[in-house]
Amino acid sequence: MTVDTIAGVPVDVNEEGFLTDPSMWTEAIAVDLARREGIDPMTDRHWQVVRFMRAEYEAKGTGPTVRVLGKTSGVPVKELYQLFPKGPAKLAAKIAGIPKPRGCI
Amino acid sequence: MHRIVIMGGGTGGTLTANRLRRAYGWDEAEITVVDQDDAHVYQPGLLFVPFGLTQPEDLTRPRGRQLHHGISYRTTGVDHVDIDSRTVVLVDGSTIPYDVLIVATGSVLAPEDTDGLTGAGWMERVFTFYTPEGAAGLEAALRDFDRGRLVVDVVEFPIKCPVAPLEFCFLADWFLRERGVRDQVELTYATPLDGAFTKPVAARQLGGMLAERGIELVTEFNVGEVDGVGGRLISYDDRELPFDLAVVVPAHNGSPCIVASPGLGDELGFVPTDEHTLQSTVAPEVFAVGDAASLPISKAGSVTHFEGEVLVENVQRFLAGEPLDASYDGHANCFIETGFHKAMLIDFNYEVEPLPGHFPAEVGLPLLKESHLNHLGKLMFQWIYWHSLLPGRDLPGVHSAMPTAGKKQPAVTEQGGSS
Repeated sequence: MTVDTIAGVPVDVNEEGFLTDPSMWTEAIAVDLARREGIDPMTDRHWQVVRFMRAEYEAKGTGPTVRVLGKTSGVPVKELYQLFPKGPAKLAAKIAGIPKPRGCI
Repeated sequence: MHRIVIMGGGTGGTLTANRLRRAYGWDEAEITVVDQDDAHVYQPGLLFVPFGLTQPEDLTRPRGRQLHHGISYRTTGVDHVDIDSRTVVLVDGSTIPYDVLIVATGSVLAPEDTDGLTGAGWMERVFTFYTPEGAAGLEAALRDFDRGRLVVDVVEFPIKCPVAPLEFCFLADWFLRERGVRDQVELTYATPLDGAFTKPVAARQLGGMLAERGIELVTEFNVGEVDGVGGRLISYDDRELPFDLAVVVPAHNGSPCIVASPGLGDELGFVPTDEHTLQSTVAPEVFAVGDAASLPISKAGSVTHFEGEVLVENVQRFLAGEPLDASYDGHANCFIETGFHKAMLIDFNYEVEPLPGHFPAEVGLPLLKESHLNHLGKLMFQWIYWHSLLPGRDLPGVHSAMPTAGKKQPAVTEQGGSS
């Protein structure tokens, strides 16, 4: 675990840069994390996904997979990949300040 | 008299029913198993069908015959479960009330969830070996396949037996070499993961084995559309993989009868379940085992087997009003067939990734290493499955909790990657 300064605030993150404490998350942190991943600006659609991820995490203790996001977030999978290139579930989780979806081997 | 109803007569339902029947006297518990058909398929065997090494009929036995005396078996589909009135409603309209419900309905393939997958070319040049029909169709297609691009693709994890697509690649390489046409075939493995496997030590080992065999590894490939006419897999981020023959593992959902039961399953039809007790989080008298449970672990027979021991203990504790035993550790154990009469073995749990060493202790089968002994183990396992695992007998030296004695810990721990 290391300390990273995100949006001017020191925050604990893991080896892959995910927040270790989701309660430290702020909208300013999301904007800064998104910019580092090449997402600038955060549009309304980005926020819709990020807020949905946080609500899911609070309700269930884990972030949803891409297919579940596509079925339930109101944003189709194709668009999720445009908003969060490569891995929407992973990238949106990072920006939402929640843990990476647990890998199922 | 306790009324225990088990939905599903596959691996989990059968071994749980048999173990519970032994645990309770006939006057103590009434055990009912319900399934929609009477064909129990030894699913690990489907991997060998495309290469002509076995046939679906040799992998299939009647479900009812695998159940001990004193277990009532009904071949009827489940319409839905009413968790409030603790009742299973069957498709013929009859109902079965329960004191404990065990959901062992497995997972179902959802090829229709991927655009174009079941369109033109399906079962002609696009196959899955995850069904008896698909595996048999693929056997016919592979028999005449002697040049071109063969692409193996996993749509999404979790899937049943996450190593099976890798095993398919290794066996295809071997099969094509034996036929003398390997140099005319480009073989590609495409996965949504960022490596050959989720966890770093095994990912490196398996990735190296793909490279040694000249099998191209394409990572972070999330297929969004299958073009069966043009022979292309197209990812959501617009990358394309051309193919002449595609072997696709479709996305998995829970059983439709879970989806049809209000409050029982999640969005995909899996039952939210405590990962250590196997009690569902939707109702205390509902438990789930195997693929049907929404756990962060492989959908695999070995997982179901190890869960079964803890589940049976907890059903008894629940009915006796005692606290549950939170001891299931996510233990999984898989043989990985690698061709040329060899196989690897991996053994892991929620916390410990697959490591080299030996199983179950310092003297035993080699872990994360190809050997002839492991291949024999894999072949022998089919007999063990029907004669020892399903009847609910303990396998010597193989327990629910993952053994650590024979494992070599990595010098540096690394974070595993996944999609």
